[in-house]
Amino acid sequence: MADDHEKTPSGVSRREFLKISGIAATVPLVVPQVVEAAGEKVPVHGPGKVPMSFTINGKKYGAQLEPRVTLLDALRDSFDLTGTKRVCDRAECGACTVLLNNKPVYACTVLAIEAQRQPITTIESLSTGGKLHPIQTAFVEHDGQQCGFCTPGFVIACKAFLDKYPHPTAEQIRYHLNGNLCRCGTYKGIREVVAQMSGTKGA
Amino acid sequence: MAEYKWPAPAERTLIGKRFSRVDGPAKASGRAKYSYDYNPKGLLFGKVLRCPYAHARVTSIDTSAAEKMPGVKAVQVVQKAGTEILWQGDDVVAVAAVDEPTAEDAIRAIQVKYDVLPHNVSDAEPPPGAGEGPPGPMSEDDLDDALSNQVPEAQVISRLQKDGVTFQVTDDMVKELKGYGVPDTVINALKAAPYHPEAANQQRPPYQKMAAQTLGDPDKGFASAEVTSEGVYGASVITHCCLETHGSAAEWPSSDHLFVHCSTQGVSGLPGQYAQALNIPAGNVRAHQDNIGGGFGSKFSPDRWGIATAQLSKSAGGKPVKYMLERDSELMTAGARPSAFARVKVGAKRDGTVVAWQSNSWGTGGPAGAGSPPIPYVFEIPNQRKQHTAVRTNQGPARAWRAPNHPQAAVITMCALDDLAYKLNMDPLEFFTKNLEIAGPRAPIYKEEFPIAADLMGWKQKWHPRGDKAEGPVKRGVGLSMHTWGGRGHAGDCMMTIHPDGSVDIKLGTQDLGTGTRTAILIVAGDSLGLPMNAFSLNIGDTMYPPDGGSGGSTTIGGVSSSTRRASLMALDQLFAKVAPALGAQPGDLEAKDGTVRVKGDHSKSLSWKQACAKLGAMPLSVTGKNPGPGNLINSGVGGVQMADVSVDTETGIVKVNKMVAVQDCGLIINVKLAESQCYGALIMGISYALYEEKILDPVTGRMLNPNMEFYRLAGLRDIPELVVHMMTDPMNDNRGVIGLGEPPVVSPGAAISNAVANAIGVRVPFIPLTPDRVLAALEQQQKAGA
Repeated sequence: MADDHEKTPSGVSRREFLKISGIAATVPLVVPQVVEAAGEKVPVHGPGKVPMSFTINGKKYGAQLEPRVTLLDALRDSFDLTGTKRVCDRAECGACTVLLNNKPVYACTVLAIEAQRQPITTIESLSTGGKLHPIQTAFVEHDGQQCGFCTPGFVIACKAFLDKYPHPTAEQIRYHLNGNLCRCGTYKGIREVVAQMSGTKGA
Repeated sequence: MAEYKWPAPAERTLIGKRFSRVDGPAKASGRAKYSYDYNPKGLLFGKVLRCPYAHARVTSIDTSAAEKMPGVKAVQVVQKAGTEILWQGDDVVAVAAVDEPTAEDAIRAIQVKYDVLPHNVSDAEPPPGAGEGPPGPMSEDDLDDALSNQVPEAQVISRLQKDGVTFQVTDDMVKELKGYGVPDTVINALKAAPYHPEAANQQRPPYQKMAAQTLGDPDKGFASAEVTSEGVYGASVITHCCLETHGSAAEWPSSDHLFVHCSTQGVSGLPGQYAQALNIPAGNVRAHQDNIGGGFGSKFSPDRWGIATAQLSKSAGGKPVKYMLERDSELMTAGARPSAFARVKVGAKRDGTVVAWQSNSWGTGGPAGAGSPPIPYVFEIPNQRKQHTAVRTNQGPARAWRAPNHPQAAVITMCALDDLAYKLNMDPLEFFTKNLEIAGPRAPIYKEEFPIAADLMGWKQKWHPRGDKAEGPVKRGVGLSMHTWGGRGHAGDCMMTIHPDGSVDIKLGTQDLGTGTRTAILIVAGDSLGLPMNAFSLNIGDTMYPPDGGSGGSTTIGGVSSSTRRASLMALDQLFAKVAPALGAQPGDLEAKDGTVRVKGDHSKSLSWKQACAKLGAMPLSVTGKNPGPGNLINSGVGGVQMADVSVDTETGIVKVNKMVAVQDCGLIINVKLAESQCYGALIMGISYALYEEKILDPVTGRMLNPNMEFYRLAGLRDIPELVVHMMTDPMNDNRGVIGLGEPPVVSPGAAISNAVANAIGVRVPFIPLTPDRVLAALEQQQKAGA
């Protein structure tokens, strides 16, 4: 790439910067093992468990996890935040959608180790003290759910979408909410949710 | 004594109105717990090593390395060396470990050797004469298949007597069959059947012709027909693709007591199945489930992996072990809808009256072949000749898929009839309406539904003779289909307890698949007791509660609504007897309305619900309402009509649905809002299987090519057009009682969309899903034929 050696304001090349931000800035507090690969010294985490810490819904969480553990599995298995669902486990269905740095991501294809030091928002944070978020209320009213397994992911996806596009066009709704799949067939209700929340006609 | 009937329409406070699902807030907030979410302290994680071949024999298994790995707590061989594996992904060894990565490593450390055997995954049309040889002795699968597909008793008996069986008939088996209601004549023939153990391991021919069936005089029928149409139609194998995969968590609170959290459509039916496999009394098995992430007919058994999970827990000292299928295992092994295809010839008089049907059908349900679809569907054509050939494949076993066999039968029948209407130069709406006289017991409802559907679709404006003459590559057309289903409520008990403080709890061993079962129970109880829905504590989904039938075949709403209604009326009888003296009235003069117990017609004599319940004294009253039971609260038999409007891009072959209309009856509707949701969901699921879904197997390797959600494609939000649902809610339907709704509306979309595509492009695309390659192939054929 032409801009590989482009200098950032700090004077380090982008390539070096990426190396630092991609590894050093997100890894645990212990000094990783350093090995030589292709003539370069590379820090290695694992195999085996390493300490990790997260900020989820504004709360601190810590766990000993293997570097290969996904954010999804860490949320569900280590922190009992089971509202985020595992369905396809390879970024095809959206049931595991969470916000990472306020952006929607599929938690099944983010490694937990990469998700450290960035705010993580899960479905559990949307309703506080038993009070539903207006989007959740709309899901209930428009029956945008049946078995409910895709629902938390869809709620998060709708929230992220409406935050970015408060008054979406029909085509924007169809495009941006096509990354979450439902088997029971609740899309009609979900489109009504978006229509109500955005005051538009929907998709 | 109470009279067991539904309240008169004018007196209903909750029944027949529109309510959001009561568990909606829990689901939308992520608080709703599923079996997948069970997460107790010390939970061990299961994994299963699966056979990579479609057909193989296990020759050796070495688990020693896995057993020695730190963190591995139990290893269980599921199918031992010597076992013949009949489909890719079948379970071989299960392990439990402290976390999932360790369990995955353990699976990789296991050495299994196989003898790879020849496989067949093709359900292409059988060659002429295939499957005509003697069928040979019956295997257990053959027998199950015959019994569950209602093969006539005499046929089964004659086969048992003539060909014998490949398995030993045990007392347990006889007991089980009797339990399923298999007649004594069949059981006696089974007991006396010659035993041929040597045939069990013989390579069986892939084709099995069923006995030909005739009705009336097909030759005369066709001779009298003035117009005939011939074609080939069908539906490929699809999967269930439940979002929550199959699986369970199992633990042993004591050495002979099992506790399972299982993703299931039948909580009450689980203990017997575990007990048999694990050799413990069914009463020692407790099953629990709060919510289920989809089943669609595929989740009635603990399955091989579920039994293995319980065994792993036992080996690990009773600690909880959870194993939920991975997505690829789910799609490969956890259920598929059988394919069905048919060459059909159908004949009519010039005026459109259908007089004769002939079909040669085939399809696969995996290793045991498959039952034949009920064709011709809906229409009782007077002269018929039918022959079905079951194709045994290494596709993986079939399971009931929402409205088993009906969507396939609808595609074969309604598309063949639509082609006949084309040959007759008739508008299909006129043609189908003309033949309603032979549309069976629901003919009157179809007669009402067709004009409503036509109006909602704008059929008259949109329909044109086959082949859209508009300029440009995108062609538009409309199509229709119709369907039927039974849906009588299953057996089940509802226990209702009224406490002296006025609180009421309800317990049923049923489950809410997302159909709104909880909501329906509370609507019925609230309407019956004159209380709001939130006045009750409702408990379902546990074997500690009274047994209730499995949720399959649209039987739940009839089952739970009637048992709850009966329990409510029984409870009121007892309560009124205690309260009547305080109101200076006879028990029969009382009613429970608006949160009070009062004298009918004299509301000055009234007690609040709480005051009335205080008259119970120290002890609560408890009753159990049953279905079946007194009074006609439920019924069976519905009919629905659907229409589709599609656009087809003739350059790319892509089909887009523009609009769908469903008109549906289901007797008395408890909750109109969620009934409509069932129909919307069914239309969407229908669009999905009509256009996108197919379990694709590689003929060379026998492996599934799309065991994921990228290439096993479900419809997304973008694919869903305008949907219109009309429920038949007039007094005539109301008087029939409650009837199930889950299956019927999912039957017609495949046929309606296929017919709309034919109307748009002027040629039939024979099979669903109507994928671009199939559409383009049909267009190419059409061009060749025209050239």
